[in-house]
Amino acid sequence: MTIGVKKVARPRKMSFPESLYLVEIVKGLGVTMGHLLSNIVRQEGIKTIEYPEVRRVMPPRFRGRHRLMKRENGAPRCVACYCCATACPAKCITIVAGESPDPGVEKYPVRFDIDMLRCVFCGMCVEACPCDAIRMDTGWFTSPDDTREKLIFTIDTLLEK
Amino acid sequence: MTGPLFDIAVAVARIAVFFSFCLGLVVVMTWVERKGAAYIQDRRGPNRADIFGIRAWGLFHPLADALKFLFKEDFIPDNAHRLFYQMAPMFSLAPAILTIAVIPFGPDVTLMGRRIALQIADLNVGILYLFAVSGMTVYGVVLAGWASGSKYPLLGGLRSSAQMLSYEVSMGLSLIGIFMVFESVRMSQIVAGQGGLLFGALPKWGVFVQPLGFILFLVAQYAEANRTPFDLPEGESELVAGYHTEYGSFKFSMFMMAEYLHMVVGAAVVATLFFGGWQVPYLGDAGFLFPGGSAAAVPPAVVLLLRIGAFVGKVLFFAWLYVWIRWTIPRFRYDQVMRLGWKVMLPLALLNIFVTGLILLLLKK
Repeated sequence: MTIGVKKVARPRKMSFPESLYLVEIVKGLGVTMGHLLSNIVRQEGIKTIEYPEVRRVMPPRFRGRHRLMKRENGAPRCVACYCCATACPAKCITIVAGESPDPGVEKYPVRFDIDMLRCVFCGMCVEACPCDAIRMDTGWFTSPDDTREKLIFTIDTLLEK
Repeated sequence: MTGPLFDIAVAVARIAVFFSFCLGLVVVMTWVERKGAAYIQDRRGPNRADIFGIRAWGLFHPLADALKFLFKEDFIPDNAHRLFYQMAPMFSLAPAILTIAVIPFGPDVTLMGRRIALQIADLNVGILYLFAVSGMTVYGVVLAGWASGSKYPLLGGLRSSAQMLSYEVSMGLSLIGIFMVFESVRMSQIVAGQGGLLFGALPKWGVFVQPLGFILFLVAQYAEANRTPFDLPEGESELVAGYHTEYGSFKFSMFMMAEYLHMVVGAAVVATLFFGGWQVPYLGDAGFLFPGGSAAAVPPAVVLLLRIGAFVGKVLFFAWLYVWIRWTIPRFRYDQVMRLGWKVMLPLALLNIFVTGLILLLLKK
């Protein structure tokens, strides 16, 4: 037996009026004109999202820019355990711990910087956190900025959201 | 006003009006192209530029584009031939502007006891002038491609020179039929010749007398203007931007203006040669005279306005057709372009001449 030969379907041969193209071009013009007119008449049918005014709603599990959670008294919920910084594959979290003024809490982050230029948005920090202090549920990207320094988010920026 | 002064004033006024009409249409066409493309592709298109908060469907975008081009750095690449590099956009734009001269925008007007043609120059070699001048556009493209000192522009320039020369042949031949029927190459006489009726019902427009010639001419003209489906010279997927890859700032905008002026003038030429120019069907100097025998008198001023309006309308339609075709048909492959030009268009154009000649001979007998 010979090697199995697979018969590939060839494109249908064009009929004579089709091979003249003229009728087909007119049909194509009809299609494009249909799109044009229907888009002019029904502007709301256009799928484009007009970005700065309208924002796409992200799916609920979308991992966006981070935020730090607060306690009821407004202090950061973070206990500076370094779990997130350890879990981070991009090494973008810098934490400096300090003794908390609150007697019920041992440590708090004096500094908590996330270098958004290095972050890979993997969500490991959120998974690692034992206190649910860091979340990525802001539903939006890191907004662009003009200097590198502005894209290293400090604790104040992260607590704002 | 005395004689010569009056003539000069009329000449200057005609040039100013027709030139600004064409240039204004160029500006509008850039907007039409972007907005039309967007709506055809289910997008929104330009809608951001505003003046005092008025956005007007993006109508201010051409203005924003022009300002941006004006204020950009006028850059010359190191490898470019400095003189030719700067000459190329001029060579591209100048023929496009020159072709405006022979287009009749309306019938003769009587002003202060003198007949004034609504045409910058009613040359007795009308169409030959048009071909001679528009044939020079290829120099701009080739010069740009060569002087840029870069590979892609060179390839684009080579492609377009081969393409434009090939289609020039069938473009010229496709019009021979028109000359034979209207027995003139003078634009004003061709338009005047299209005022009659064919079989007592159909207006004697070029498209009805020369249907094959019309199709051939239209296709050849798209190839000449380097518009889709013949825009190989600037095929962005292969050649970055073709012959104007190395151009920026106002030099680039000159190439763009040349392309759009070609569209506008091309539309005007098609309207003039094949769609009766300023002629309105069944409209004579005194009013409408329908084939059924019914007539409607129209004052002369309205007749003039109707005729100029008809011409502008036809030009707008054919300019829009350029855009419409561009966003409908994909680009040809290069060998397909050449095959169409030499093996299909040229024999058909020759056939058209032969058949036209035969019919005219039989009619004369």
